[in-house]
Amino acid sequence: MEISDQEFLAPGHRGCAGCGATVGVRLALKALGKNTVAVSATGCLEVITTPYPETAWDIPWIHVAFENAAAVASGVERALKSQGKDAQVVAFAGDGGTADIGLQALSGAMERGHNIIYICYDNEAYMNTGVQRSGATPYGASTTTSPPGKESFGEDKPKKNIPMIMAAHGVPYVATASIAYPEDFMKKVQKARETDGPAYIHLHQPCTTGWGYDPSKTIEMGRLAVETGSWILYEIEEGEFRVTYRPLQRKAVDEYLMAQKRFKHLTDEERERIQKNVDALCTELKI
Amino acid sequence: MVKKVFTANRSVAEAVKLAKPQVVPVYPITPQTTISEYLAQFVADGDLKAEYIRVESEHSAISAAVGASGAGVRVFSATSSQGLALMHEILFAAAGMRSPIVLVDANRSLSAPLSIWNDQQDTISERDSGWLQIYAENAQEALDSVLIAYRVAEDRDVLLPCMVCIDGYFLTHTVEPLDVPSQEEVDQFLPPYKPYVFLDPENPMSIGTFTDPEYYMEARYAIEAAMERSKGVIAKANKEFAEIFGREYDFVEPYRCDDAEIIIVAMGSVCGTIKDVIDSLRDEGEKVGLLKLRVFRPFPTKELKEILEKASKVAVLDKNISFGMGGVLYNDIKVKTNADVYGFIAGLGGRDITPEYVREIVAKTKNPTHEVEWIGLKKEEV
Repeated sequence: MEISDQEFLAPGHRGCAGCGATVGVRLALKALGKNTVAVSATGCLEVITTPYPETAWDIPWIHVAFENAAAVASGVERALKSQGKDAQVVAFAGDGGTADIGLQALSGAMERGHNIIYICYDNEAYMNTGVQRSGATPYGASTTTSPPGKESFGEDKPKKNIPMIMAAHGVPYVATASIAYPEDFMKKVQKARETDGPAYIHLHQPCTTGWGYDPSKTIEMGRLAVETGSWILYEIEEGEFRVTYRPLQRKAVDEYLMAQKRFKHLTDEERERIQKNVDALCTELKI
Repeated sequence: MVKKVFTANRSVAEAVKLAKPQVVPVYPITPQTTISEYLAQFVADGDLKAEYIRVESEHSAISAAVGASGAGVRVFSATSSQGLALMHEILFAAAGMRSPIVLVDANRSLSAPLSIWNDQQDTISERDSGWLQIYAENAQEALDSVLIAYRVAEDRDVLLPCMVCIDGYFLTHTVEPLDVPSQEEVDQFLPPYKPYVFLDPENPMSIGTFTDPEYYMEARYAIEAAMERSKGVIAKANKEFAEIFGREYDFVEPYRCDDAEIIIVAMGSVCGTIKDVIDSLRDEGEKVGLLKLRVFRPFPTKELKEILEKASKVAVLDKNISFGMGGVLYNDIKVKTNADVYGFIAGLGGRDITPEYVREIVAKTKNPTHEVEWIGLKKEEV
């Protein structure tokens, strides 16, 4: 795959060293090109890329609030359409802005069929405000609002399955992706661009600060998630489900969990339970 | 120009059709609903060439409006009560992002208790959002105010959103005769929208950025300055409106105020009732007048002072309540003028403001016992 050397997200933004979100945005914009308008939800990405009077965006960009990226994108898309402009509208929102507070606006926009690409950059907690639990926080993870303690082993609910909720909306193109598999992700972004109507991509994106690992290991962590079957790369095209990447030899989930501070507190029994759940899903999907 | 008999909701829809917004995100809510229905029909019939977005909430309606405005087009939305309250967060963003959106609010009380009937608590509660606010007395004023609102909001010296407030049911569902201007007249008054900063891949801009304490106050002050500048722009728009359409509007409308000892101040549809009562009281030899406030934000301090400070006493009728403080308009007038001001809370949740209540307000202003009184309150039910 040929990857453009043009950059639409400038370096020098205020992301943490090893920030996975900006890696994802950078790749997405390379796949989309110049004729793109971006919408951001409030969150890490918005805050680190646009501290007035600076901006890291070399394409038109708008932010209004936390929970309304999809609604703002709806308005942008229709306004461009009414002027006969063909720029692609892409919305970037975190897992909190997508799975929790932004779910209603997202549902409405997807159901109305706007020609937008919505990319959820999922770092599995509210990272911008200091690692609080979101609906996308995985089972067992420690966050500042789901801490382990005498009465708690951390997050006690499984991750909310947003891509499948999007698929249930009849969205013509739904995909999961990981920043650690850039070609797979960028191909999906291109497919999303070619889709007539809305497209949803759920981008798994390790967070050095919130997950607790060395900033140099962001890509490695993303790969471990996929290689252990903890995060599965697939797409649903017009209702057709297809796994887009299968690890040659699935690694033990422990390798992924033990590398992160947020899972360090888990007992052998709890980690076994997580392995069992991963096995069940992977068996079903022949991974 | 054509003579028609319309409700204010229909007159608003006609104004919107004439103003030709390109994007219309709306969510239905009583008593605004027929505005969203008329507009949907206009679009379905090809009479309004706009992208009508059937959003899933008022929050998304105003969010889509800010997005569309950011992409460089004229935008319209409408709501009421709970819907406006749900928009609250984004109303501030719209003003801060200097989006010249025009929104009509069908004034309705806020829950709880749930009530679909009229008062002005909903829009009054958004007074600090940075939106201009115009209150209409009748269907004609509602139509005309939408056109004036676009003209003012989109002016480079203003670039602030504008809310046109029409009393639920009293205006939204009451048919009245009115003049509907022609497209040629409106085009003469309201030129096509030319955006100032917008989302354009050829000239990328970041809109709605994050700001630290170094710049936030300046951005807020810029709204204050624009609000102040809007006064001149409104005056100019009113003048040109009169030249083209023959109807004159001002920030305030004095009615028999010249030698008045007592002046009532009010906003919206109730002014019709008050004018009738004033005519009767004048016949009875009482020197009373009405000062109708049309533009609430920006607050027309100069005009209010000029007229109210000549009266010996001023009665302010508020269809809203800032608990423990009296009505908001009463407080604003008390702060900004040197008049002897008394406040009256009336008409909350659709309670009729009858001619008798207006007479009671005048009587109580003559011999005041309290600074703020509730009129038409059934004390035995409290």
